[in-house]
Amino acid sequence: MRPLSVVVRTGCDFFAWFMIVFGVNIVIHGYMTPGGGFQGGAIIATFLAFLLVAYGGKKVLSWVNEKIYEFLFEELGLICFFVLALLGIGNSFFYNFLASPLGAERTGIMSLISPAGTTVFMSIAVGIEVTGALSLVIIAMFRGIRQFAGPSLPEEEIGHDR
Amino acid sequence: MKKYIFIVSAIVLGALVCGALDNVHPYGDPGTALMDDYFLANSYKSLSTQNIVTSIVFDYRGFDTIGEAAVLFTAVCAVGALFREGRGRR
Repeated sequence: MRPLSVVVRTGCDFFAWFMIVFGVNIVIHGYMTPGGGFQGGAIIATFLAFLLVAYGGKKVLSWVNEKIYEFLFEELGLICFFVLALLGIGNSFFYNFLASPLGAERTGIMSLISPAGTTVFMSIAVGIEVTGALSLVIIAMFRGIRQFAGPSLPEEEIGHDR
Repeated sequence: MKKYIFIVSAIVLGALVCGALDNVHPYGDPGTALMDDYFLANSYKSLSTQNIVTSIVFDYRGFDTIGEAAVLFTAVCAVGALFREGRGRR
């Protein structure tokens, strides 16, 4: 894909970052609002699709480091989720060891954590994982588009806007 | 001989399933609502989540959510395998 016109790119510069802010907001408040990890992660992954449409494939693929999405995002999120589930293994798998009942006094470091306990962190972990997963799908599919075009592939990228 | 054993065990299993169908609640009548009442009464009290859905998805049914995460991981692996660089280009 060629980059789109300068109007679109400027609009992308303005608004793309708000997608990340909005998605992170949804992920972090996922434990008490409608929404949650999966939805927020999908919104954050939309950021990459937006950049891909506005700036074209060559530029975005030179910006993106797939390893970050692979290891830092997807696997870290999944591992965090499993570890959080395993930490309560003294009682049972998925035991919410950070939660406290309604009205209970929370002291020390526990007062910094929401009484919802591990559901907050699990929501964030799922958000990280979904971000990495959907971004990886977008990158892999974009790389795969031109792979099946055959040997008569033109050198220049083919745009759909001009 | 194997075939007869298979037929007999299939008939027995079918009869057992038909017998078990007697105990299924009729459509629209779930019988007792013990689980629903438990969640509605206790998820706010014991977890203080403002959102009962979150407490069910990430706490009471967390194992289901692990399955979902694994499904997503598998899907990404499949996409990566399908769209990998091929044809000696690597």
